Amino acid sequence: MTHIFLKEFNGFLNSLIGYLVVVVFLVAMGLIMWVFPATSVLEYGYADMDTLFSFGPYVFIFLVPAITMRSFAEERKLGTLELLMTKPLTEGAIVGGKFLACFLLVIIALLPTVIYYFTLYKLGSPEGNIDTPGVLGSFVGIVLLGGVFCAIGIFASSVTSNQIISFIMAAFFCFIFYAGFDSAASLVSDGKVSLLIKQWGILYHYESLSKGVIDSRDLIYFLSIAGVLLLSTKTVLSSRSW
Amino acid sequence: MSIQVNHLTKIYGRQRAVDGVSFSVQEGEIVGFLGPNGAGKSTTMKIITGYLPPSSGDVMVGSINVAEQPMAVKRMTGYLPEHNPLYVDMYVHEYLGFMGGIYGLKSSFIRGRIAEMVNLCGLTDEQNKKIGMLSKGFRQRVGLAQALIHDPKVLVLDEPTSGLDPNQLVEIRRLIKAVSKDKTVLFSTHILQEVEALCDRVVVINKGKIVADDRLENLLQGGGNYLIVEFANEITEHELLTLEGVEHVQKLVNFRFQLKTARHVDIRSRVVQFAFERKLSLIELKQEESSLESVFGQLTHQEEIQRPS
Repeated sequence: MTHIFLKEFNGFLNSLIGYLVVVVFLVAMGLIMWVFPATSVLEYGYADMDTLFSFGPYVFIFLVPAITMRSFAEERKLGTLELLMTKPLTEGAIVGGKFLACFLLVIIALLPTVIYYFTLYKLGSPEGNIDTPGVLGSFVGIVLLGGVFCAIGIFASSVTSNQIISFIMAAFFCFIFYAGFDSAASLVSDGKVSLLIKQWGILYHYESLSKGVIDSRDLIYFLSIAGVLLLSTKTVLSSRSW
Repeated sequence: MSIQVNHLTKIYGRQRAVDGVSFSVQEGEIVGFLGPNGAGKSTTMKIITGYLPPSSGDVMVGSINVAEQPMAVKRMTGYLPEHNPLYVDMYVHEYLGFMGGIYGLKSSFIRGRIAEMVNLCGLTDEQNKKIGMLSKGFRQRVGLAQALIHDPKVLVLDEPTSGLDPNQLVEIRRLIKAVSKDKTVLFSTHILQEVEALCDRVVVINKGKIVADDRLENLLQGGGNYLIVEFANEITEHELLTLEGVEHVQKLVNFRFQLKTARHVDIRSRVVQFAFERKLSLIELKQEESSLESVFGQLTHQEEIQRPS
């Protein structure tokens, strides 16, 4: 697993992809958070980081599939997947290594936004008037969300040899998982059913974490979605029929 | 380490890509795996290396069943897949190091091993380049170096010389010959000179079935003699079959035929006599030694007209 992980991560660093992802994410978030008047915290007047945590996932919907789209699609196209599969590596190690490399890149892109917290901490009136547990919970939420998006992207990449198809599929499913269930729930008038549908979506659990309470149910939700997707990827790889 | 393939069958949908194939490669032997395109060569090799699961039958490498212990087999097998897939974004050293690492070799050992492989495969001048910048011949060497990095006992090479120019071809062949000492090698090709240059034994596969498995000399022995005849007038294959001594007739173009006779049988005078009697004008008559090409053509060709026995 470490060999695949290192190879993938070095691949991000040796090509432009890695830097581009980090720069694009930070520029987009920086503009939304501090510059654009409609969403700027400075205009808004409250020292909270909701802007980051509500717009971040939408930026991820496009950015994470761009990171993951080549992971298996390219190996399939080049034929190097056959090379890997005939090495003493398990399918699980290949999937795990690739997933972790993508996930680490997402975390690296998120890391500098921690500075926003300290900025807002200073800007608060009085100083330090910021919902620290809420921010912490939201950070946990967005990291887990990034992980689920990576898993969706890795899976989408494993079923095709075309990177564009992989990207579009991943972006679509990220959107459906993030906001799709929530919107679908609003179509149902029955409150119980509506809640049930809502709980399938990422948004419900993401918002729950952003309240600052790290609930094991939310953690289990994120981990199991990512787990199921990665296991499906492994199954796709071992079937060799794609 | 020997390779034993027992009653291997691979079915894709309704097509039997490999159909009840059995053969073996003894320890230290170089065996050429021949067949026309789409005969099932690559599929068989993919099963041997554990990439594809067989529909039925099994493969033993040494005393290990590939389906039961794929990891053990993969660890001692070097494989160069068809079309030689490579990570074109990687540097030669980086790539070989990555592959060595996968086999669990120690990094200090890998460094020495890479230097050895670079030397052996003639990559000294290219070793600090990106693989994407290398020419096809050098890429092929990198592919071979990759297959050899862990000093495998068993080497499976799928068309290692396809698409190379004649000079590169000779070099790669020399390289294969050099590295294959005390290794068990199975390599596929459809270049027949290669088989003559490299192999101890030949396995010929056609439409998923083994059609020949023999030493090269024996295969050529059984080939018989070939006679190319061309007439200016119309004549059918069946008329030619009435000639005494003719075993097969194969139409080449128009009135040009290839006649097969037993080895050491000369029927040239009979053909002249035959043409004279029927008032046919014979415009070409050429005796050919049995070559690997003709044996191959005969083994893998279906439209041949058999003399009714």
